Amino acid sequence: MLVVEGLFKRFGGFTAVNNVSFKVEKGEILGLIGPNGSGKSTIFNMLSGTFPPSAGSIRFEGGELAGLPPHKIINRGIGRTFQIPRPFRRLSIFENVALAGYYGQGGGSGSHSRGKADESAERALAAVGLPADRKASVDGLGAAGLKKLELAKALATEPKLLLADESLGGLDEHEMDQAADMLRRIRDDLGITIIWVEHIMGVLMRVVDRVMVLDHGEKISEGLPSQVSSDPRVIEVYLGTDAQDTQAAAAEARR
Amino acid sequence: MNPRHLVYWLVAAALISVPVVYNQPYHLHVMVLILIWSFAYTSWSVMGRFGLVSLGHGGFMGVGAYVTALLWNHLGLSPWFGIPIALVCAGALALIVAYPCFRFRITGHYFALVTLALSGIVLQVITATRDWTGGSLGYTPERTKGNAIAALQFVEKETWYLIALAVWAAGIAIWYWIDRSMIRYAMEAISEDEDAAAAAGINVTAEKLKITVLSAVMTALAGALYCQYQMFISPDTVSGISVSLQMVFAAVVGGIYVALGPTVGAIITILLAEGLRIGFGTKAVGWDNLVYGVLLVVFIIFLPKGILGSLLERMKSSSKR
Repeated sequence: MLVVEGLFKRFGGFTAVNNVSFKVEKGEILGLIGPNGSGKSTIFNMLSGTFPPSAGSIRFEGGELAGLPPHKIINRGIGRTFQIPRPFRRLSIFENVALAGYYGQGGGSGSHSRGKADESAERALAAVGLPADRKASVDGLGAAGLKKLELAKALATEPKLLLADESLGGLDEHEMDQAADMLRRIRDDLGITIIWVEHIMGVLMRVVDRVMVLDHGEKISEGLPSQVSSDPRVIEVYLGTDAQDTQAAAAEARR
Repeated sequence: MNPRHLVYWLVAAALISVPVVYNQPYHLHVMVLILIWSFAYTSWSVMGRFGLVSLGHGGFMGVGAYVTALLWNHLGLSPWFGIPIALVCAGALALIVAYPCFRFRITGHYFALVTLALSGIVLQVITATRDWTGGSLGYTPERTKGNAIAALQFVEKETWYLIALAVWAAGIAIWYWIDRSMIRYAMEAISEDEDAAAAAGINVTAEKLKITVLSAVMTALAGALYCQYQMFISPDTVSGISVSLQMVFAAVVGGIYVALGPTVGAIITILLAEGLRIGFGTKAVGWDNLVYGVLLVVFIIFLPKGILGSLLERMKSSSKR
């Protein structure tokens, strides 16, 4: 579904992403992990069109995405969420989601029908478990609610591939589990392929089909969660810092 | 018919019948001015309400007025064709200035500064091409000897009142149409967070350009209308920085988040200017600008939603109780 080849991103003299290639198969959940500054968000920003890659190609369902602006990429069927939720506070919850439905499916300039946008918004809100009350204000949402809203906005664009960026930071353990289950449900029920960037290993390992590990902008490991978490290079560069968590996560993944 | 619509029709009928019932020329003149400027201020607020603060709308107004008048005097082209051409020119100018700004993310204060330069440039161009435009002495469209309708020149104030009323009403209708359309949500989202708006699938540059060009074209129409009504334009009355600032002031005072806010702003500013002119005569030249400046600061600090905006909000909250 998604084929990334030889991806580079340089900021001045600094190489944030260094020759990364990977594939995503339709229907899978790919986990993308790595320490802070390893290039995860940079890859996401290139996939979603926030900035173009310095070199390399991103092919989605056969079409080249590298260099396209965000609205065109969304129109091809790739939605994204942000690490820190970015709701539009002057709009209601429903309007936030309906807006994404309208423009996300309308090719950026809104040629979409408003009725259909409202329907996608209702479906997206139901999928994440937020009320479809048209007037409810964003200010009433807590951290978990804002994450759900972020997800609903991405879903309303009716993506085939969802880029979920560290969507669990700031949640407690129970909320994290719920959110992880929600991502799995989105894949199972709506058939949406997911790339999930996450700091928190345990929950991620439980839900994803495959994991890719980045360090200093390079891919250092890729495979099943159980393989990756026992890969000595992964333990050394990334997991060495909190080895106990890692082993717990690996144990859980093996179960 | 629901009672709300009935009220609208009654107000419309009352406004239309004003010149029949009451046609004191000076008062009618002031009303025409209020309507034309209300339309200009409404045009400004179409983009101003989304945080796109333009200090260059005097430039668009100048283009509307001067292009129409120049085409008429030099080529004998009727304003019926001249005005659309002027509107296209203003739209093109808006595109040329705004596209690089939006493409390269020039927002907020920096955007305001770029537009400020625009109104200065238009003023300078009009002044510098004085052989054509009459420079700072001003410019008069030639009186037609033929058909008044073809030349869009009317002596009767009643006619102008009705034309200005129709255009003003169209401006309010456009304001409402935007208020109810999806582009409003998109613009609100863009004014909060451009990256998040782009991630929601909005073509940020295109949406901002649409609203800017619309606002510029409407403002140019106000300029053309002002020119045809007054039959005299000068760089200082239809372009330049003082006109641009006056638009910002009037719109902010009336309220930029409500449809009739700019109209209330126009009523206040024009009555103020006329009051100073009559009360103090030539001694008070320029005073209105001083008063505007002081009031603008006071309003932005104490009443950022404007007079009408704050009033409506208070009424709403008291009716809820």
